[in-house]
Amino acid sequence: MYPVTELIKNLADQHGRERRNLLPILQGVVEQEKYLSEYSMIEIARVLDLPASEVYGTATFYSFLEYKKMGKYIIRVCKTITCSMKGKNQIIKTIEDMLKINVGETTPDGNFSLLQTNCLGFCHKAPAMLINYEVFTDLTPERVREILTNYINKKGKEE
Amino acid sequence: MPSIYQLKRVDFIFKDEKDWKEILKNSLNRPANELINELISSELKGRGGAGFPTGLKWKLTAEEEEHTKYVICNADEGEPGTFKDREILSKVPLKVLTSMAVCGHVIRSNMGYIYLRGEYFFLQPELKKSIKEFEDYCREINFDFSIRIFMGSGAYICGEETALFESMEGKRGEPRNKPPFPSTYGYMGKPTVINNVETLAHTYTIFEYGAKRFYDLGVQYSRGSKLFSVSGDTPKPGIYELELGMSLDDFVDEFGDGDTKAVQVGGASGFLVPRKRFGETAIGFQGKLTGISLPTGGSMMLFNSSRSMYNVLDNYLEFFREESCGQCTPCRVGCQQLLNGIKAVKRGEKNAQYLDKLLRLTETMQYTAKCGLGQSVANSFSSIVENFREEMIY
Repeated sequence: MYPVTELIKNLADQHGRERRNLLPILQGVVEQEKYLSEYSMIEIARVLDLPASEVYGTATFYSFLEYKKMGKYIIRVCKTITCSMKGKNQIIKTIEDMLKINVGETTPDGNFSLLQTNCLGFCHKAPAMLINYEVFTDLTPERVREILTNYINKKGKEE
Repeated sequence: MPSIYQLKRVDFIFKDEKDWKEILKNSLNRPANELINELISSELKGRGGAGFPTGLKWKLTAEEEEHTKYVICNADEGEPGTFKDREILSKVPLKVLTSMAVCGHVIRSNMGYIYLRGEYFFLQPELKKSIKEFEDYCREINFDFSIRIFMGSGAYICGEETALFESMEGKRGEPRNKPPFPSTYGYMGKPTVINNVETLAHTYTIFEYGAKRFYDLGVQYSRGSKLFSVSGDTPKPGIYELELGMSLDDFVDEFGDGDTKAVQVGGASGFLVPRKRFGETAIGFQGKLTGISLPTGGSMMLFNSSRSMYNVLDNYLEFFREESCGQCTPCRVGCQQLLNGIKAVKRGEKNAQYLDKLLRLTETMQYTAKCGLGQSVANSFSSIVENFREEMIY
């Protein structure tokens, strides 16, 4: 983990300082920080010599570039038609019950955020969800409980 | 009674790619013109959904005088019900890379990009390994071509080619006005060939077996085979390569659960076909039903009689409302109003005639929206509302 200023400098060194390198830099910050703070966006604007409003405008366009503080693990449950037909609501309910949060919220310990997302491209294995970049398909409430328990234990071990 | 059409399974795309080095070398030794003519005579049309002739696309870009040109593989697969491109990139990535390099040879470009949707982040490590293997071989045979992955970040509209360029340039993914087309003004304002993943996999087949093998499949105006992503109420969801031109009746015989009420052809931006029309509907480019809307490409979603078509439409409209880039008013406001409108009719706050007003609104969107997203909302909206009107009201 780098302080965010250093992270942004490193990313700019790695990708370049032109406008077309903006997205990879934003993605790099989100990968570490889980979201783009106002501070990060202003800093990116400074390093790339862009108006901060342009950075903000670009960042807020993309649904995976969060600009609110997010948990360490971001759960994105697919809500598009097939997943919705195959029991997405039950999956959401299971997660909400287990983590004691609603869609759009983050657990108080900052570990999990729960979101809904549009088609993940796993309609043939619906319902599906992402936890950060990992995909889980053919979900049932039992399987979801198992998966989350694994994540909670993993988290416990890291600490 | 056997029907006249047959559902023909084909196995080209996922056939092994072990001969890629040979195919690359042979193709690079052929003059650009010959390769272009081969593609043109195969009558391959883009498999992303818009169906532009691939050979012509390469030809137009090859004719540009610019020194810098780009080859881009569009892997921003986001249409609801489509999941074939991921399968191609994970099973036969070298076919796609080979075709990109051959395209580079044809249009005289040494730079290729794969725009990969953010949701497929997990494909990266394996894909990078294939790219490395590929680039090493290119160096070995002294062919100058490199390929980079550019990650998307969760925006459906970036599958629209000009929005994709904007996104790669570090901007909001807002579609540009066309013309100019990518063949003259693409990524960074340079002539660009942008092809769907599946299209590039088909060009590989054509370079491997010749145009005739491809042309012999399918029917007039819809040559070759196509990958179909089958999902919804079906006992065998998955990815199937089928010859174009089949009737929807045969498709449902094969994939339905015996109780199929309707099939959504071409994803949320495509058309819903009710049971009574299965017989008269063929799947291909000419038969009105696939390929005219922009981001579709082989999505087949089946619904059985337990499904409410109101819920289906509600789900699509919410999708479009969220994914509209918001740049042009017909699409931004139109999607919101359509969703509010059907909810109001359902709750009884508006009478049934209000649906006709909404239908006129989709017509306006079709004419005035800037890109395929706003224009194609009319497809699913009108085909659902016209065929299942009572379900919208009660």
